[in-house]
Amino acid sequence: MSRAGSGSLPRYILQRILLVIPMIWVILTLVFFILRVAPGDPVSAALGGKLNAQALEQRREALGFNRPLIAQYWDYLSSVIHLDFGTTFSDNQPVLHVIRDNGGATLTLTVAAFLIALLVGIPLGLLAGRYRDSSPDALIRLFGILSYAAPVFFVGFLLQFYVAEPLGLPTSGDASPITIFTVPTKTHILLVDAFLSGNTDAIEDVTKHLVLPAVTLGLVICGVFIRLVRVNLLQTMQADYVEAAEARGLKQRNVTWRHAFRNAMVPVITVIGLQFALLLGGAILTEQTFNWPGIGQKLVFYINNRDYGAVQGIVTFFAIAVVLISLLVDIVNALIDPRVRY
Amino acid sequence: MAIDLTDQVVDASAGQPVISARDVRVWYGTTRGAIRAVDGVSFDLAPGETLGLVGESGCGKSTLGRGLMGLLPEGAKRDGQVLFRGRDIFSLSQKASYQLRGSELGMIFQEPLTRLNPLMRISQHFEETIKQHEPDLSKDDIRERALEVLRLMGIPPTRYRSYPHEFSGGMRQRLMIALALVLRPAFVVADEPTTALDVLVEAQIVQILNDLRRNFQTSLLLITHNVGIVAEACDRVAVMYAGRIVEQGTVTEVFKHPQHPYTRELLRSTISLSTTGLNFIPGAPPDLVDPPDGCRFHPRCPEAMTVCASKNPVDMERPGGGRVECWLIGPESEIPAGGKQPLKQQELTVADEA
Amino acid sequence: MRRVLSALAKPFTETAGLARWMLVAGVVITAVFVICAIFAPWLAPYGFAQSSAHGTEFPKVGHPSSAHPFGTDRLFFDVLSRVIWGARTALEVVILSILFCVVLGVPLGLLSGFYGGWLDRTLVLIMDALYAFPSFLLAIVVSFLLIDVYGGSVIAVSLSLTVVYIPQYYRVVRNTTLSAKEASYIEAARAIGARDFTIMRRYLFGNVVQSVPVLGTLNAADAILTLAGLGFLGLGIQSTQAAEWGHDLQRALADAGSGVWWTGLYPGLAIVLLVTGLTLVGEGLNETLNPTLRRRRLLPVVMPPRASSTTTQEEQG
Repeated sequence: MSRAGSGSLPRYILQRILLVIPMIWVILTLVFFILRVAPGDPVSAALGGKLNAQALEQRREALGFNRPLIAQYWDYLSSVIHLDFGTTFSDNQPVLHVIRDNGGATLTLTVAAFLIALLVGIPLGLLAGRYRDSSPDALIRLFGILSYAAPVFFVGFLLQFYVAEPLGLPTSGDASPITIFTVPTKTHILLVDAFLSGNTDAIEDVTKHLVLPAVTLGLVICGVFIRLVRVNLLQTMQADYVEAAEARGLKQRNVTWRHAFRNAMVPVITVIGLQFALLLGGAILTEQTFNWPGIGQKLVFYINNRDYGAVQGIVTFFAIAVVLISLLVDIVNALIDPRVRY
Repeated sequence: MAIDLTDQVVDASAGQPVISARDVRVWYGTTRGAIRAVDGVSFDLAPGETLGLVGESGCGKSTLGRGLMGLLPEGAKRDGQVLFRGRDIFSLSQKASYQLRGSELGMIFQEPLTRLNPLMRISQHFEETIKQHEPDLSKDDIRERALEVLRLMGIPPTRYRSYPHEFSGGMRQRLMIALALVLRPAFVVADEPTTALDVLVEAQIVQILNDLRRNFQTSLLLITHNVGIVAEACDRVAVMYAGRIVEQGTVTEVFKHPQHPYTRELLRSTISLSTTGLNFIPGAPPDLVDPPDGCRFHPRCPEAMTVCASKNPVDMERPGGGRVECWLIGPESEIPAGGKQPLKQQELTVADEA
Repeated sequence: MRRVLSALAKPFTETAGLARWMLVAGVVITAVFVICAIFAPWLAPYGFAQSSAHGTEFPKVGHPSSAHPFGTDRLFFDVLSRVIWGARTALEVVILSILFCVVLGVPLGLLSGFYGGWLDRTLVLIMDALYAFPSFLLAIVVSFLLIDVYGGSVIAVSLSLTVVYIPQYYRVVRNTTLSAKEASYIEAARAIGARDFTIMRRYLFGNVVQSVPVLGTLNAADAILTLAGLGFLGLGIQSTQAAEWGHDLQRALADAGSGVWWTGLYPGLAIVLLVTGLTLVGEGLNETLNPTLRRRRLLPVVMPPRASSTTTQEEQG
């Protein structure tokens, strides 16, 4: 594909990365200070019942809580750069390990839910926009609103009650114990590892476990997509170039598809990519609902244990992940929109 | 029994007019009531002839153009008879109308910047249009056709695969014109094609429109509020006010000897290098939901008579050829006794001059 | 007065089709919940933490019956009462959080837009970072911090929500201020020596405050979901302090295994209905106020028949 103007893709990517770095720094600072605002002593909060006063003081010293704030801040920043997200207080694990062990499950869930939301949401949104104010439009919009209004845990509750049993779908965990035992860990993503192992029972088991959680989260998110796509399509259909195309005698169907649909999708793709933040919140709740062993569930566990170190590490990781994903979306947008020069 | 509009500049052997419009009405539906944007317009257009349609903003000229093309918004209704090469295009089915558009009827819009799909290359625009009407053409033939018309517009073949945003405003307008003309339509409506462009570019576009007759034998309806462009590029001119054509004829004749007071005021308002003071017509165009009785211009006309406020003027032939509708011209027989008294105009309050 | 009424009625009278019904339905649904919230003590058969009446204890996880139309839950509470009281909690929290947002966000946005400079730059940086943060995550973190201080109270949860939504209010107000600041009447006010505060109070405030109600409506729906989410995770309001639908659903989830459906269905439906109602109001308003999306109710055009061509100039109707 030829492009007018100089520049190249690698350079554009580099430019975007450079722009993202200040944002990451600000977010890290925000996380650091928000968590430090907590009154009281994080160490006591987490371990107060388990260790005596002297041990607590030792711990505090070891974790650097007695040092001046600026020093702690610097420590925090430098360790994050080295991908060290700290250590949990309650079970003394590097947070990075927690992320590694549980990240695969969250990734599987969010990707599957995202795909479901796309496959359901986008066609419905296009349909609703194209046949505006007709009964399909009304029904689809209602569906979109209801699905977003229904909290993930309520949908999960309903599905567990009315769907899980008749269809024989599991409602807890991401695999049966046998599967977890027999599938060797290579990528730390259970679904991928199951496929790699070639064990059909394991693959079936893992997939079955994925259905309900992914559908639950996907349905909730697709409501947002439906609305997004519909609104963008409506605005695009009124565009000047659509009218100009009609003036050239282009048949209704061609005009709608080529000009309106395609053009509406470009901004939609960007906005959809940015919905990852939404997906994350939903994932935390979904994991809790279905006992899904992902980072979200771990986060809730550590929060209930007042484990400040773990919470800081996990939250940092999540925040950075979201920023990086928006960077990715930016780059994809540059690839599909010819108006963006690089 | 069509009104005989004499005054064809073009060779009479060219035959039937390309467009023959009679009593065209285009009304918009609103939340208040119907806006009578075009309220009884008739004109003829010969092959290869350019008719300039001038008037203030809101006089209905744009609506007329769109009405002819069938590009009206929701709730609008059109009525009347428009014969295009003998067929009434107002009574065609949707499908038939679509077939005419692009290949026989073309439109050039006002804002070139937003009229091209930003995600499609110019080549794709052409391919799409040509393929729609001539599906059997090979890709190379399509390319040939497109490049040919682009060359006439002054756009080099190297830019054929570029995207719209890579062109300036003036070039985009030329692209629009090329797209409108690539299938050699017999009739093209140009709706204020230069209003959004700067003066230098405007001159180029006017030149292109001028050459249209020579290169394409296209009949052009040039809609503009700029009297100067009409003088440069048009054979005949029709002056529109409040939904009606008040005067039409050859450009030289109408501009040299304007018969209708509105035409006179319009010409006086034009600015040239010799202008020393600004001239304007006091008041504002009438509300088209409820137009004034009688001649619609009478509230602002410096020469209004009492008959003007009560009876619609009759469309008549002007001295020197063309048509005009004004009680100052006649017909005498229709003016009641005392009708020629000067009309006492209401004080135009400041609020009217909006 | 008539003008105000007709302005309020405009979204209803001037729109056609779906937008109108959406608005109507949304307003009705929301009104029902508002009534529940205000009149909870009279509408709810029992208190939200009441486990007995007239000396008899309520059944544990009792089926819906005439005494308890929505049944009872694991803590012996009456589900119907908790659903009605829950409306009060939800509205309290949402209104409080919007209030905080407005009280903090509007002045900050005004000052930021008006003065610019380092204050503006710093605030923009902070607000953008807050905005970029995944909102639910932020809510969780702030709740986590406030639990020690405020416990699971309405104030704590409201503050969490405020932190999440304040960037939006700040942004809107700041942008409106920036554009309003350039108006010539501001310049004129300065020319006659008006003090900064007077200018802000008299001229800018009115302009700026217009955009806040729309934002509030859109936020309210989201806020209720966030509140429920926090409640579900146990970070929100505890069962004995107030009735909260999300928290009730957390307990109901465990009941799902034993075939108990009423403890989860009713609180869940309440959430869905209220959020839907608010969203319908927001979307309906958006459709009517946004000119590109609006479908006006156009009066049909009736043209009197054309006179025949021999008398073309007769009066046309």
